[in-house]
Amino acid sequence: MDLVPLTTPSREKLRLAFTVNGEPRDLVVESYKTLLEVLREDLGLTGTKHGCELGECGACAVILDGELVLSCLVAAVECPGRSATTVEGLRQGPELHPLQQCFADHGAAQCGYCTPGMLVAAKWLLDRNPRATRGEIAEALSGQICRCTGYLQIFDAVEAAGRTLRGEPAPAPLLPSVHRGSTNGR
Amino acid sequence: MAGSDPRPFNVLGKPLRRVDALGKVTGDTRFADDFAMPGMLYLKLSRSTVPHARIAAIDVSRALAVDGVRAVLTGKDFPVPFGILPVSQDEHALCLDKVRFVGDPVAAVVATEELIAEEAAALIGVTYEPLTTIASPEEALRVPEPRIHDYGDGGNVHKAVAFDFGDVPAALASAHLVVEDWFFYQGNTHLALEQHAALAYLGTDERLTIVSSTQTPHYVHRAAAKVLGVPASRIRVIAPPQGGGFGGKTDPFNHEIVAAKAAMITGRPVKIALTREEVFYCHRGRHPVLMHMRTGVDRAGHIVGHSIETLLDGGAYGSYGVASTFYTGALETVTYRIDRYRFRGCRTFTNKPPCGPKRGHGTPQPRFGLEVHIDKICEKLGLDPAQWRIDNALAEGSLTANWLKVRTIGLVPCVEAVVAASGWKERFRKLGRGRGLGIAASSYLCGAGLPIYWNEMPHSGVQLLLDRSGSVTAFCGAAEVGQGSDNVLAALVAEVLGIDILDVKVVTGDTALGPVDLGSYSSRVTLMMGNAAVEAAQRARDRLADAAGLGIPLERIAFGGSRVFDASDPEKGISFAEAVQRAEAKGGTVGTIGSYRPPKAPGHYKGAGVGPSPSYSYSAAVIEVAVEESTGIVRVEKVWIAHDIGRAINPVLVRGQVEGSVYMALGEALMEEQAFRRLPPRLSGALVHQTPSMLEYKSLATLDMPAVETILIENPEPNGPFGAKEVGQGPLLPVPPALANAVYDAVRVRVDEVPITPEKVLAALRSSSARFGPSKFPAVSWPEALIVPPPWEGGDGNAINEPKRRERPERRRAEVAKP
Ligand code: FES
Ligand code: FES
Repeated sequence: MDLVPLTTPSREKLRLAFTVNGEPRDLVVESYKTLLEVLREDLGLTGTKHGCELGECGACAVILDGELVLSCLVAAVECPGRSATTVEGLRQGPELHPLQQCFADHGAAQCGYCTPGMLVAAKWLLDRNPRATRGEIAEALSGQICRCTGYLQIFDAVEAAGRTLRGEPAPAPLLPSVHRGSTNGR
Repeated sequence: MAGSDPRPFNVLGKPLRRVDALGKVTGDTRFADDFAMPGMLYLKLSRSTVPHARIAAIDVSRALAVDGVRAVLTGKDFPVPFGILPVSQDEHALCLDKVRFVGDPVAAVVATEELIAEEAAALIGVTYEPLTTIASPEEALRVPEPRIHDYGDGGNVHKAVAFDFGDVPAALASAHLVVEDWFFYQGNTHLALEQHAALAYLGTDERLTIVSSTQTPHYVHRAAAKVLGVPASRIRVIAPPQGGGFGGKTDPFNHEIVAAKAAMITGRPVKIALTREEVFYCHRGRHPVLMHMRTGVDRAGHIVGHSIETLLDGGAYGSYGVASTFYTGALETVTYRIDRYRFRGCRTFTNKPPCGPKRGHGTPQPRFGLEVHIDKICEKLGLDPAQWRIDNALAEGSLTANWLKVRTIGLVPCVEAVVAASGWKERFRKLGRGRGLGIAASSYLCGAGLPIYWNEMPHSGVQLLLDRSGSVTAFCGAAEVGQGSDNVLAALVAEVLGIDILDVKVVTGDTALGPVDLGSYSSRVTLMMGNAAVEAAQRARDRLADAAGLGIPLERIAFGGSRVFDASDPEKGISFAEAVQRAEAKGGTVGTIGSYRPPKAPGHYKGAGVGPSPSYSYSAAVIEVAVEESTGIVRVEKVWIAHDIGRAINPVLVRGQVEGSVYMALGEALMEEQAFRRLPPRLSGALVHQTPSMLEYKSLATLDMPAVETILIENPEPNGPFGAKEVGQGPLLPVPPALANAVYDAVRVRVDEVPITPEKVLAALRSSSARFGPSKFPAVSWPEALIVPPPWEGGDGNAINEPKRRERPERRRAEVAKP
């Protein structure tokens, strides 16, 4: 069977000067690369994940100039002069962002593979709307796929982080009710 | 019980942050594809474009000529076959002479850049001599030639098994009521968010090292040694934390082995990360299963005879399929009293990606059938289906008709809990047209009783190193899939030694750095690794108590708050670190080991190896749905689920496993399908995956997820560490049938197959039978059934029509054991 010949992507190099997590970066990359590839491969920022590289799963979400984007769909050539925030940029020094604290406490990260994208998307939401309701949280995260948690503990964590950011006490994780002692022993 | 009950616990039952949480929320956790090495080369596989063909020729010359290509490999480089089960060594890392599905890897290119490897792989020319495509199990039964494999139970039947545990036809003949049903459970895939990736290199320690997203590093270790001809002692497999597995990373995979070979040939690190489309080809997901059930009950609804026939669409390779086949029958008996049981199971090969184990391995399909079947039986007898499950629940300590020993059973409390929480008694059959409630219950293993290859060694080992700082390192081969096994290990060690959970450092998923654990499958890790951990920690505790020098009887020595002290005078004691120092001074470096092997099972017939477990977990679910009759759309309003956990080591993580199971089950019940279609003739007519992308393979998104109320039944299991049972898989099982039963309650139609799509609901609403689903089971030439009398009919666990197997160890050796 004949194979369809591929059109070879451009091998020209791209000078990419942009800001990542508040720090200026100036590098030369393959011009065909996506922002996701530049972050992971050229900058070693492997916190940003990929589940499809087709814009379908949300794992690669980052904030670019204040907008939530899928970094697998952003070409590096679009990035000079812009400013990106990744999961690595959430923490301020050793301090975790309230979202990170709450994700850890509420079991919102099981395998943790969707977590960077979830955190970034949730930060984008809470930055805009610190009073986001559960429905608004579900809506804002609707492009983020998680195969582990069933989402509910993620909603809990984002709600709790919203509380913390508003200066209210963060709720303890919601626990299942436990029935003890009964059996089938008849 | 392994682990005495020193309530109040320090760690167990507490909603502590998991020990690996920090890495996950910062992005610092390194998954397989996050590893890179200087000088690394990239690997791409060239995959078959036809479903079934002989390979006439492979032309790699154009690929080799591409600048930057370092090596091209083909099937000739991998003459030795492999496979997860000893009886199904039917895969070659690259196809040798035949391709068996669209996506089967044929050749591999190693290059300096991923893009070059990809471009060069597209230049590989393969000449195929097409063979008849076998698209379905029915076709596989009808078309014995050409055979997809030249082994198995004849034609394109991979495995056919038959058992009679008592005379079921006689039981049905005298039953008050006999109900017959057909069900179909569509295949679906794991869709773990992390795509499989592997990095192989020749380490400076003279070891061929494979870093791979695998749930079973030990089995990859064995397969790599076999195929590559490298002594196992010179191979190291590292399984970093995975981005989800669900059973999809439990086979040794061709790409891992090709990467390793490529590293050997080039002397350079070689990396491969599969695309999402390729992950759909790796598959090993839920088998599509057609089922035929006949059940006889007495006037009260008690099951006097139950018969199930299953037909599995296995796809192109064996994988765990022999075990999967047994599992479509093995656990039918562990929930309700069944006097006599008849099971026939058949797995066929087809020209599609291979099916294997997915969360619940082989059991969600018959569980779906059985629980809907029971709903219908109850309807016919005018019985409440919740009460029926309580009345017919197996008693604790039962031996089932097929010789499974079941110890603690939380089934009744699970049913009672969801009945109470959902308001079942007031609301079932009373919600009005369009709204409904359904119930189902289920059971699952806490680890398989036998390893995959026959041996007498432990299934899990844990080694502890106690440092004089008071820090404890726990080594174990277990693989952290995301389920929280690292946390289980740390929590149990911390509990026994009375120290802070963060003072336990875990080292897992590395065949060179920890004792063997068979892997993260069959819900075995909490129980098996847990028991090994408790044993190792108790041995450490004994050494510390002995050396503490508190001048009190040993039984008064207590551990807690990072101290070792006098239980009757807590002020009197020393720090944990001091205790380690004293033990080290007295007896040398403090290190201990623990290991675990499941108890022997009572069944001895051939096939009795699949089904036994040290413990079974139980679950029950009630689901409320709203069904829109004009569109057939089913909206899940709420799920109430109770799970018999034995003991929750960490309730936050347990809740996550339960809800994650509910989520995945709802996907299977409502939308997920690993389905195939034929391309039109002008496009080769090949059998291709319908939806090999995350967008088209529908799964629940945030807005689809209903509210879930989770209830845990804590009734400590003597065989579990501190009483703990599994939770990763069991809670998936009751959800699809509870949903189907709820749809019936809402609109009085039966959809006897999953996924329950709007089209099927509409079709059922329009059909005169008020039903959608299969209505026949094809003729299968079953082997002669093994006749195994149930315990209450004078059996001894052997089949009466085969030689006694206890005396025949060589046959046991050949037996397939399973995950
Ligand atoms: S990797 Fe970008 S959306 Fe999936
Ligand atoms: S935590 Fe595993 S995919 Fe979300």
